[in-house]
Amino acid sequence: MSNRLGAQTVTFSKEPRILSSYTIVGPMEGKGPHALDFDEILPDDVLNQKTPEKSERLILEMAIEKTLSKNNTKLDDVQFLIAGDLLNQIISSTFAATTYAAPFLGVYGACSTFAQAMGLGAALLQGDFASQVLVGTASHYQTAERQFRYPIELNIQHQVTNHHTVTGAGAALLGFADQGPRITHATFGAVVDMGLKDPNDMGSAMAPAAFATIKQHLQDTELNLDAYDMVLTGDLGKQGRKMLRLLLEKEGIQGLDRLQDGGSKIYGDGQKTGAGGSGAACIAVMTLGYALNKLKSAKARRVLIVATGALLSSLTVAQGESIPCIAHAIVLEA
Amino acid sequence: MKPEDYQKLVQQHSPPRPLLKNMLWAFFVGGLICTVGQVALNIAEKIERTKAEASAVTLAIMILVGTVLTGLGVYDEIAEKGGAGAAIPITGFANTVTSAAMEFRREGFLLGMAAKMFIIAGPVIVFGILSGFIVALIKALILGLF
Repeated sequence: MSNRLGAQTVTFSKEPRILSSYTIVGPMEGKGPHALDFDEILPDDVLNQKTPEKSERLILEMAIEKTLSKNNTKLDDVQFLIAGDLLNQIISSTFAATTYAAPFLGVYGACSTFAQAMGLGAALLQGDFASQVLVGTASHYQTAERQFRYPIELNIQHQVTNHHTVTGAGAALLGFADQGPRITHATFGAVVDMGLKDPNDMGSAMAPAAFATIKQHLQDTELNLDAYDMVLTGDLGKQGRKMLRLLLEKEGIQGLDRLQDGGSKIYGDGQKTGAGGSGAACIAVMTLGYALNKLKSAKARRVLIVATGALLSSLTVAQGESIPCIAHAIVLEA
Repeated sequence: MKPEDYQKLVQQHSPPRPLLKNMLWAFFVGGLICTVGQVALNIAEKIERTKAEASAVTLAIMILVGTVLTGLGVYDEIAEKGGAGAAIPITGFANTVTSAAMEFRREGFLLGMAAKMFIIAGPVIVFGILSGFIVALIKALILGLF
């Protein structure tokens, strides 16, 4: 158990690294303030596909392909593909995985899926179960909207606390090398349910999960938030970010100036996206785009990624149940 | 922190809904749609022989307008501003049917589009028929038709 730290954190002494990564976003995200952080901006989010579900799958496949080709890696050299998305039965990932012969581990953590997949990938490498692992997550505005909300063209007045699902995908190849960003720790979160029921305000529901994971991570590692150049949460949105700050302040945790939120940052103010972005792709593209660029350009040495997920099902929401939430954290070092 | 305490904290820090602004926009957008309906009615009354026929034609025109604007992807933008002002008129009803039809078209013509067309408009029809029945019943009782 030497790789454990405290109650919920695991450490990766073998220093698994991100060998290559690729981020794709839709046209809307491409108009946001982080456009330059992403590898590819799609001209449209349909991509000549018959259904948005097919588009989502294609975007994920594109991200995986490009990640592999960037590192000149063949699929045969990858021992695990860990992927997830928002759709029922994580169907986009499953279909994307049919293209590859590598063993497939489908994961679901709503918008936290990416950090969960990265943590598990690093653990497989640390445990000598693999030498290279491919991680990918995707989401699509239109597929998520219809599954969790209403038809796209319906006369709905969105609220300021509503999230806008990011269209895009992020993929990363993890393995061992002499350089590249390292994954040093992962703190896997426990499910937190504060009894909130409003699916139009998932930020407030997720904030306690982010708080619990951050608090636990700091306790396990005996660090302060100051130890990180950036703490990137996602996707709390503007409302969830506010609630997280309140919770951290109440707890007396210092270094709140390190906090940034991927969901709040991905869109510009004039883009009418309510509280901000969400979806399995959001924190993936913000981590592999924005945070990695910071690490590569030495603007940051150490980054804590805290990916949050609202583990709601449209069925249980309709039945009046609360929204269980989760947050997984990973530490990236230059 | 206990869940109840956190729920209170969220309530305290939830952004207020811009009620006055929303109401004004609903009034304006709803009024605009009704004005268009009135113009259509005035024209229809000149063409049709009876008032009932004219109103039927007007409804058909407004449904067509709502449907076309939905197909063009405009109606949801109007509703984003207008809220209930865009949802309540018959154009809004046309929008709920059309948007569902567009959305579920991919799951097939019969079991997708046709079956799920009324997935959101359904309750309106159910309670429309129910309330119509109750009102008719009350009328019949008052007039002593039984």
